[in-house]
Amino acid sequence: MPFGNTHNNFKLNYKVEEEYPNLSKHNNHMAKVLTKEIYGKLRDKQTPSGYTLDDVIQTGVDNPGHPFIMTVGCVAGDEESYEVFKDLLDPIISDRHGGYKPTDKHKTDLNFENLKGGDDLDPNYVLSSRVRTGRSIKGFTLPPHNSRGERRLIEKLSVEALTSLDGEFKGKYYPLKSMTDAEQEQLINDHFLFDKPVSPLLTCAGMARDWPDARGIWHNDNKTFLVWVNEEDHLRVISMQQGGNMREVFRRFCVGLQKIEEIFKKHNHGFMWNEHLGFILTCPSNLGTGLRGGVHVKLPKLSTHAKFEEILTRLRLQKRGTGGVDTASVGGVFDISNADRLGSSEVYQVQLVVDGVKLMVEMEKKLEKGESIDSMIPSQKILFLSFILFHVLLCWLVTSWAYLADVSITYFLLKKSNNN
Amino acid sequence: MANTFTRMISGRNTAVMLALGAGTLASGFLLSDSMAAAEMRKMYPPSADYPDLRKHNNCMASALTPAMYARLRDRTTPNNWTLDQCIQTGVDNPGHPFIKTVGMVAGDEESYEVFAELFDPVIKDRHNGYDPRLMKHHTDLDASKITSGVFDEHYVLSSRVRTGRSIRGLSLPPACTRSERREVEHVVVTALSGLKGDLAGRYYSLGEMTDREQQQLIDEHFLFDKPVSPLLTAAGMARDWPDARGIWHNNEKNFLIWVNEEDHTRIISMEKGGNMKRVFDRFCRGLKQVEQLIQERGWEFMWNERLGYILTCPSNLGTGLRAGVHIRLPLLSRDPRFKRILDNLRLQKRGTGGVDTAATGDTIDISNLDRLGRSEVELVQMVVDGVNYLIECEKRLERGQDIKIPGPISQMIH
Repeated sequence: MPFGNTHNNFKLNYKVEEEYPNLSKHNNHMAKVLTKEIYGKLRDKQTPSGYTLDDVIQTGVDNPGHPFIMTVGCVAGDEESYEVFKDLLDPIISDRHGGYKPTDKHKTDLNFENLKGGDDLDPNYVLSSRVRTGRSIKGFTLPPHNSRGERRLIEKLSVEALTSLDGEFKGKYYPLKSMTDAEQEQLINDHFLFDKPVSPLLTCAGMARDWPDARGIWHNDNKTFLVWVNEEDHLRVISMQQGGNMREVFRRFCVGLQKIEEIFKKHNHGFMWNEHLGFILTCPSNLGTGLRGGVHVKLPKLSTHAKFEEILTRLRLQKRGTGGVDTASVGGVFDISNADRLGSSEVYQVQLVVDGVKLMVEMEKKLEKGESIDSMIPSQKILFLSFILFHVLLCWLVTSWAYLADVSITYFLLKKSNNN
Repeated sequence: MANTFTRMISGRNTAVMLALGAGTLASGFLLSDSMAAAEMRKMYPPSADYPDLRKHNNCMASALTPAMYARLRDRTTPNNWTLDQCIQTGVDNPGHPFIKTVGMVAGDEESYEVFAELFDPVIKDRHNGYDPRLMKHHTDLDASKITSGVFDEHYVLSSRVRTGRSIRGLSLPPACTRSERREVEHVVVTALSGLKGDLAGRYYSLGEMTDREQQQLIDEHFLFDKPVSPLLTAAGMARDWPDARGIWHNNEKNFLIWVNEEDHTRIISMEKGGNMKRVFDRFCRGLKQVEQLIQERGWEFMWNERLGYILTCPSNLGTGLRAGVHIRLPLLSRDPRFKRILDNLRLQKRGTGGVDTAATGDTIDISNLDRLGRSEVELVQMVVDGVNYLIECEKRLERGQDIKIPGPISQMIH
């Protein structure tokens, strides 16, 4: 159960102004959205499991953020948080996910056969491919809020589900608190091991409580399918392999996820999902698909091109260093992945990665030959359309107002001249 | 002295009564939600929630049995603080094989009662067998009783006395809400502005100080920073930093108060040189005056005769007092009998950076070990006598004479 002033009801003896956090030096989504009015409206509410507004925002209050990076600044404690604290979370979700509205519906598509191509990314450039997502198990509260009892049960259910898999998914579970030194060494070398969170963004949200109780790593014997239990989310599911066969990685991802989901459903513990927000995860930034599909790709020339950032933006992709988020690139090798999570399906997002990376590798090859890539730079299709639409609308508005103004002035003048 | 009317409207009692009405209404709505949450918590038997303490070495882990956990898990203090919240820091920080940390904190004054079944054995463990059920703690802040309290400044570089005080009626740092913390700041800063003479001074709010002020405070070794120790952050004491945190010091820069760091207040009296008597005298005077000033507005410090002054960490109960010196003992500190001498004198050594730091050069920090079961005057006198003895030993070693290990001071008087 949680920490801090969760259930401290003495706060209700004080006025809203006295309790409202000082967000003057803050730069995160929560600080931008949380007004005194919203705070006042939500501060005495709780979800059925007892999660309060102060719990939701604590991480954002404690971490003012960076002038250049915009963090989310809030977390959910359970599925119901997204309902009870709608007035705060909906605008944050809209901000973070490109204007996603409270009435929008999210489409889930885990049918890997709908992906076109993706098996022919040039392995001379694309070193490895990876797809990850998260899943939350219905009926339990989320990592910022859950008790030891809940966490242990999540682990138990997850291990039961995972160890029942066979074929390419046959594997083994390594609980963090009882792995041997040899196992730990191996997992570190395989880049599978996750460690106790040190980022204050996570620790202030209470996600490192009781570490390493009920945390662990499961992976298949082939080391291509990996599940983290009770880290930042109930489950983090990762499919990966060397080379550029993203299609195969995505196939294994979808098949594995569906197998796991079936087993959980049998125990009446399906995954948290709804048709508005898609898959429910702890951080609002991971709603929808929670999917980050990406490659490690060599783009030494393209990455120094003046339009690299613009190309990425138009392709709806983002770059990271090969150490993950907030790291720098090494030797011209970048981690390129989809930027979007909510509002488009898994297939669509992986398709963007496949098509985008393919194009960028072609650009890199052209640059190697000393040729220009200007003709290859994608146009902003959607933006162009809205540009046209906007101007049409503007003209219409201007003309109609002009017409209205014209009529009014004429009438007034006429009236005036009549009176004289 | 504020007139009766001002006292009334600015008084805590009025504020609480007015707010209580509004609060009850709101709490009424919240209560039904709370009951649902409480029911959800109980869905898991205590055995499912009992922490895995097999790799732990702290006082809490030594004392908390599964049966005790089962009895205490579903209890709450009046502000809804739970056992899990008390012990979270001890669960998250298994401890060190050589250092035994306490492993739990209080969220409010009532924690020590509601969870007495766990707190009492932890207190006994930490405070040399002091039993809160049977014993009484004696408070004595009469500095005139100290004898021989001026040290040879050839050896003693500085003298310092610190303690903490909590404001009754407001939750402690692990549990307090922003408004409660701001209330602590308001109460304390208002009281401090009433200090006069050599105690007159000024407050620097952590969130609003200028860069220049900050640099000044760092240079004077007055500034405290956001806690990084996981012992503190896991207990929730760094929440909302730096909201309502600050430093007050007098113009002479020898009386200093930290607001809302690890406790509501930490009070420090210090000066260069060896005049511990003067340091302690100013300490007692300042404390008494601050207490009087808050009482004028209807507030008081948390204190009871079983546990003395109530502070966040059980290790600071009783007097919460650490009286110490920075002292140079080049010969004695290298003598193999040094540790035994300190133990018998009920003193501890630390590095000059404070707890868990190493000594720089030959200078070490020597202070009292005990906090609870002996009064302030007794503890300071023990430091005075002990330090004088250490200086004697050093002088003897300088002259090539032998030294004696003193007999152990009895651990418990009451």
